[in-house]
Amino acid sequence: MTQLKQRILPTVQKPARYTGGEWGQIKKDLKDVRVRVAFCFPDTYEIGMSNVGMRILYGVMNCMEGVWCERVFHPWGDMEDAMRANHLPLWALESQDPMGDFDMIAFSIGYEMAYSNILNMLDLAGLPLRSADRKGLKNIVFAGGVCAYNPEPLAEFIDFFSLGEGEDSTVEIVSLYDRAKAEGWSKEQFLLEVSKIPGMYVPSFYRHEYNEDGTLAAIVPLNGAPKKVTKRIVQDLDKAYFPTEMIVPSTEIVHDRANLEVFRGCIRGCRFCQAGFCYRPIRKKSPEVLYQQAVEVLENSGNNEITVSSLSTSDYRGLKELTDELLPYCAQHKISLSVPSLRADNFSRELMQKLQTIRKTGLTFAPEAGTQRLRDVINKNLTEEEILTTCANAFAGGWNNVKLYFMLGLPTETDEDVLGIAELVYKVILAWKENAVNKKRGLRVHVATAYFVPKPFTPFQWEQQITPQEYLRRCKLLKEHFYSKSIEYDYHSPDLSCLEAVFARGDRRLGPVIEAAVKSGARLDGWDEYFNYSKWYDAFRACNVEESFYTTRGYGEEEILPWDTIDIGVGKKFFLRERKRAYQGLVTPDCRHGCAGCGAASLLKGVACDA
Amino acid sequence: MPRALFEKTGNAIWISHLDLMRVFQRSFKRAGLPLTHTQGFNPRPSVSIALPMSVGVESRCELLDFDLEGEKIANLEILHRLNQSLVDGVRVLAVYDAANKIKHLTYLDCVVTLEYDDGIPQDAREAMEALFARESVVVEKRTKNGPKQENIIPMIRKLTVQQEGEGEISLNARICCQNPSLNPMQLVAAIEKELPACKPSFAKCRRVEIYDSNETVFR
Repeated sequence: MTQLKQRILPTVQKPARYTGGEWGQIKKDLKDVRVRVAFCFPDTYEIGMSNVGMRILYGVMNCMEGVWCERVFHPWGDMEDAMRANHLPLWALESQDPMGDFDMIAFSIGYEMAYSNILNMLDLAGLPLRSADRKGLKNIVFAGGVCAYNPEPLAEFIDFFSLGEGEDSTVEIVSLYDRAKAEGWSKEQFLLEVSKIPGMYVPSFYRHEYNEDGTLAAIVPLNGAPKKVTKRIVQDLDKAYFPTEMIVPSTEIVHDRANLEVFRGCIRGCRFCQAGFCYRPIRKKSPEVLYQQAVEVLENSGNNEITVSSLSTSDYRGLKELTDELLPYCAQHKISLSVPSLRADNFSRELMQKLQTIRKTGLTFAPEAGTQRLRDVINKNLTEEEILTTCANAFAGGWNNVKLYFMLGLPTETDEDVLGIAELVYKVILAWKENAVNKKRGLRVHVATAYFVPKPFTPFQWEQQITPQEYLRRCKLLKEHFYSKSIEYDYHSPDLSCLEAVFARGDRRLGPVIEAAVKSGARLDGWDEYFNYSKWYDAFRACNVEESFYTTRGYGEEEILPWDTIDIGVGKKFFLRERKRAYQGLVTPDCRHGCAGCGAASLLKGVACDA
Repeated sequence: MPRALFEKTGNAIWISHLDLMRVFQRSFKRAGLPLTHTQGFNPRPSVSIALPMSVGVESRCELLDFDLEGEKIANLEILHRLNQSLVDGVRVLAVYDAANKIKHLTYLDCVVTLEYDDGIPQDAREAMEALFARESVVVEKRTKNGPKQENIIPMIRKLTVQQEGEGEISLNARICCQNPSLNPMQLVAAIEKELPACKPSFAKCRRVEIYDSNETVFR
């Protein structure tokens, strides 16, 4: 480590996040390395190290002979200031070498609010932001993660996107690069070859043409690029690579525990939920493999906490078998097992009781909407009765803390639906009064409302977002109807969700906006300490882009959508059908009660969808 | 109760006190050495570090008290297994059964290195020697209840000033480390306050040895 870094580290908060050297980090001898990959997570160390996808791909790449993958995170503001003041370029943790030294620069993008961080990290590394300004094969920049499904706002900055799950495709990409480097290819030649790998989207190979009203007129593939790029998936999770030797951070991170992914996909089909459709088809891991991996991870890492993870974990068929095996192991080794994302069914209630013997966790519901009518519209299959029964049981069992999450601004929402939230909360309070065993401690009901953001690849991808003024009016209306002192009501300022909505359904004209905002200092937008909408407002004005085009306008069903080049397996026809059903108030049963024909199963070869 | 003498050097100096406890808890687990847990609602593994240390300080004389469940494991075995499971920069030097109570730990030998990028100011060494020979040097101390003025001289047992080459001065000090305790960086604060011309470009600190009240090495 340089003397300069040694001097800066004592002046910043939590310096351990910049030094590497954790248990389980991979170091290689440079003389055995042909391809160096800087794996960048566009947020802080604490967030990035909590990301399971990043840990998997770090392992995948480091298992490759001749390849060394290192980690890079976005520095906190104090460190960024010190770096800029001292002209210290952004570095990778393992070798402490500057990011600019690396052959490949990979980004994992999980949420829109990280877009500014991506550009800022390139800038901190001293690299040109625009793909066209990075001429050589060195420093090729690629990205994956759920945001890559609508990559257009970043099209000018990222050389290519890797769509879907990266366990297999990343190996293909890095191997191709290995060959390209050995044979001295140009960047253009490499991009041409990479575009032939299934799941790879090279944005510069597509010309976007616009109508006068700003909507897309055509997307024209160039250089023989495929008309549609289909996401990649892992076929058999039991056989897929899973790192049981993981990095154990020496400083506390957000999810500071071992993580066991039990299945991928979701059978529920909530109409607002991007993850629910993008991670389809449903593929499970067997409880035997999971138990084995859990024990290995715990023994190798020394963690005293493990969490089972997936979307809607109650829908994992092997959950009883897995927890029956894991619970005794965890009890014996003083490890706390947590199972978040449980539904309010009977088995889950039993399971919660068992988990309680090790540590008490909170009770959280996401009804998302206040009335059954609106829950039917969004296909959120959670009834008032389920919520109240579970609450009653929990209160009788000594719990006195409930969190309830809702959205405001959902399609067809009226004031009646908004007030339905207050009514539901009131019934939860009544359930406590009737069932609580220890009333002296009092009840805390934490209510939070989020501002609905329409996302691509959902039945609501065409919807209008309500205006920020209307959102705030609904928040106020709701607040006026909360009478009890037990209620803590949280809602965020609408700016962040507006910006998220712009990027989520954004097109290529947003590139200059992001660039302008970052140049004026926008970064760490996911953090209240740093988010400053005025920087973004100025950038929109400077680039002559109207936010409302992407938010309150709503998209026409006939319109060419910016993300139409991308195929996630679930088809547009299905989304249209689901949208119609939403407006008719019709529920679509979950995948286990009848396949709705979303199309994702077509991605499977030789195995059936586990719905 | 067993006790470990360990050092914290290299990259590990940036690990904070609380984080270091967690690092040890996980290292014990990886080493297959089951720590006993505290009783109560939220059981915690029983490890405790004698003298919490500021981030960025190097040390060769840290003590960790711990307690293991089950049958007694030989101390040497514990030492080997722990060292195989610890992060770079944290290394256990000895494991033994503690005879001395931590409350008898009194003095700490430390070296504070002052770096001068533009060369050592004239007569800096003499000025520092004179400064620390005073009856009283008052420096502001940050406490939970806000800043407090404290006279650091009574907490300095002895101190020598050495010039190291062109650009470094080192303060070798034996200071109080418990009831009351002196943060070695307060020596630098004293210089910055009383001898502004001698303000270093950078200062760092290294812990070297610990003693009881009779100035016998403490283990």
